[in-house]
Amino acid sequence: MMTAILVAAGLALAFGLLLGIAAQWFHVEGNPLAEKIDALLPQTQCGQCGFPGCKPYAAAIAEGRADINQCPPGGDATIKNLADLLGVEPKPLNADNGTAKTVPMVAVIDEAVCIGCTKCIQACPVDAILGAAKQMHTVIAAECTGCELCIAPCPVDCIDMVPVAIGIEGFRFPYPQTQRVLLAPPLATPTPTVVDQPANAKLDELTRERIVTHG
Amino acid sequence: MVKPPQLKVPQARFSFHGGIHPPENKTSTRDRPIKALPLMPRYVLPLHMHIGAPARAVVAVGQRVKKGQVLAQATDFISASIHAPTSGVISAITEHAIPHPGGLGAMAIILDADGRDEAIEPMTPWPDFTAQTPTELRGRLREAGIVGLGGAVFPTAAKLATGSAASVHTLILNGAECEPYITCDDRLMREQPFEIVQGAAIVLHMMGASRCLIGIEDNKPEAIATLAEASRADARFETIAVPTRYPAGGEKQLIKVLTNVEVPRGRRATEYGLLCLNVATVAAIYRAVVLGEPMIDRIVTVTGAGIVQPDNFRVPLGTKISDVIAAAGGYVAGTDRLIMGGPMMGFALHEDDVPVIKATNCLLALRPQDRPAEPAPQPCIRCSLCAEACPADLLPQQLYWYARAKQFDRTVEYHLFDCIECGVCSAVCPSHLPLVDYYRFAKTELWAAERDQSKASLARTRFEFRNERLERIKTEREAALNKKRQNLATNTAAIEARDAPAGATVGTFDDAFGTYQPQPVSAPAAGLDTAALVITDSAVAAARARAKARRAQLDADRAVQAHANIQIDAQEATEEPAKAQAEPSKNNPT
Repeated sequence: MMTAILVAAGLALAFGLLLGIAAQWFHVEGNPLAEKIDALLPQTQCGQCGFPGCKPYAAAIAEGRADINQCPPGGDATIKNLADLLGVEPKPLNADNGTAKTVPMVAVIDEAVCIGCTKCIQACPVDAILGAAKQMHTVIAAECTGCELCIAPCPVDCIDMVPVAIGIEGFRFPYPQTQRVLLAPPLATPTPTVVDQPANAKLDELTRERIVTHG
Repeated sequence: MVKPPQLKVPQARFSFHGGIHPPENKTSTRDRPIKALPLMPRYVLPLHMHIGAPARAVVAVGQRVKKGQVLAQATDFISASIHAPTSGVISAITEHAIPHPGGLGAMAIILDADGRDEAIEPMTPWPDFTAQTPTELRGRLREAGIVGLGGAVFPTAAKLATGSAASVHTLILNGAECEPYITCDDRLMREQPFEIVQGAAIVLHMMGASRCLIGIEDNKPEAIATLAEASRADARFETIAVPTRYPAGGEKQLIKVLTNVEVPRGRRATEYGLLCLNVATVAAIYRAVVLGEPMIDRIVTVTGAGIVQPDNFRVPLGTKISDVIAAAGGYVAGTDRLIMGGPMMGFALHEDDVPVIKATNCLLALRPQDRPAEPAPQPCIRCSLCAEACPADLLPQQLYWYARAKQFDRTVEYHLFDCIECGVCSAVCPSHLPLVDYYRFAKTELWAAERDQSKASLARTRFEFRNERLERIKTEREAALNKKRQNLATNTAAIEARDAPAGATVGTFDDAFGTYQPQPVSAPAAGLDTAALVITDSAVAAARARAKARRAQLDADRAVQAHANIQIDAQEATEEPAKAQAEPSKNNPT
């Protein structure tokens, strides 16, 4: 009887100790769920959700203080990802927070108009504006998230949002249509040489065979 | 034409999975020798005509350049320099349309030729390349802007650098040229076998490799015979006839056919001691090393029933495609499509006012009647013909379903990135599905998502750093304020302690700022060492007096200045009407 109690008590003590050590050993800083949510957010840091940045919004969702449909830059894709992560039903974007953006934008300062007041620099959540007092400011385009927070503070209204230029690196092939649509329009032949017979009659015969042309 | 001596050439003993045999359509250009193009008035050289980082322009607008001069320098390990194809003046460095499936433009150097075609002093020719170390030779290839001419345009110096770290024993020369219509490599092998063999010898020396296999499809008997003859003296070379089957010229496919080594997913051929280079690339290597010439031209096949006289040309890079077409007699009436590359892997150009770049191996012009009808795609019937034909051993229909449903993570699980976009699956599909279009779509979407991800993580880092910085500034400010308060409190306590015994009135605190307003000290307290404090107080009073004096002085100065200004203004005001009369148009704009 006594042995059993002692053994049980000893075991309880040992496991308790083990758990205590494990809790110390594997201690996780911060809320892991909030971090997972933060990873899904677009990191625009625009504050349209009503929180001062993506991380505070993520923390608020994790604590149940905010809904998943308050992120306009993320749009439906982010809402769907959040719904998948949290195991809830996706819902349409809350119109109170703004409307979803379709094209990525970047801020551009009209450098001729800028008076160098540094107000936009203080407003930028990602330090993407470079400048100093009474010096011209400029936006580091690669680091601008397009949050538009710099627009309101500008006293001379010299900041514009423009769509991000799509270079060859950013080119995306379009979704294939049900009808095969060529990317290139029919080639305009400005000065068609008046020769209707191909140079090689045999070639004509060969090219009538099936070939596949992409593009 | 003199028939080359018939040599016994071994047939490839192995085979790769899948593949098709589309109509070859090579007869119109295979017997057309390579011709030079006349000098054109203008050349357009995009800064990014290779895989990797774009080159950086090192010339200025208005600058006079000579043929072979560096126009743009390689910026990265994986990057390639660009050289002037002829002498002339840089008229602009601007955005210009380039050959691109989306019809996009990119930064390009515009060179207006002066017609003199003066060449710059060439790089030191190294006829005895064995005297040079592999590192020196790699530096030469980098300087000469050599990239792979087989289609991937990967900088050769970088490829050889990774290869030399992996102890390559066999060099594979790719002369398969498996895609229909194209004959530029065929002509090169028949006309310049010496350059190819010498170029391969340079690479063998650089890699310390002992064997070179030349793989050529058996629909090019003349090329096989010529190269076998040219390399007969060197025992390291072996020319092998490869059965004609598309895409035998794919790197992994050719390696499988020649050596039976199957390079697994995610691995490089060099890890298996094999290095695969296109025949045109090694010819360019020969010219760079032995002759000291940079890569300023390439051979282009201009063909298709939409071209009046299909032909092969040695085209200076940057030549407008319209100029090349004109040299081939122009378009046949009714031509409505111009493709860069072959019919399987090429893409339709949006316009012909784009330059020939290092990747332009073929220009194919077609009329509607020259192409097969393109019926509307039908639903996939799961026949799995695509899987049987896929040379990369993938499951094209699974990839198709997932790409169609935009389940991109699943396409990655089904090895989307092993797809070489050869077009075999689309060609065999009985439902006429544009399968490769789906894979290209999925690939670019995945790349875009990756870019977004890296941009988001950059924004996150910067946001967090900014918050940290603001927090730090706030704490520092608070600490400084606290210290001030503490000092004040200490002083106040001391003064209170000094004044209290004398029963004098104590100073008051302005609560908002914690500023102490001392009352005049009536009498020093006995028994307390307040000398220091008294000194402090008198020092403060003296400082205040000084400040007041300075302020008074400043005010006086300002008053004097203001008086002077008023006088000047008055003077100007009297002058103004006179000026206004002298220049009425300036003061009264209409």
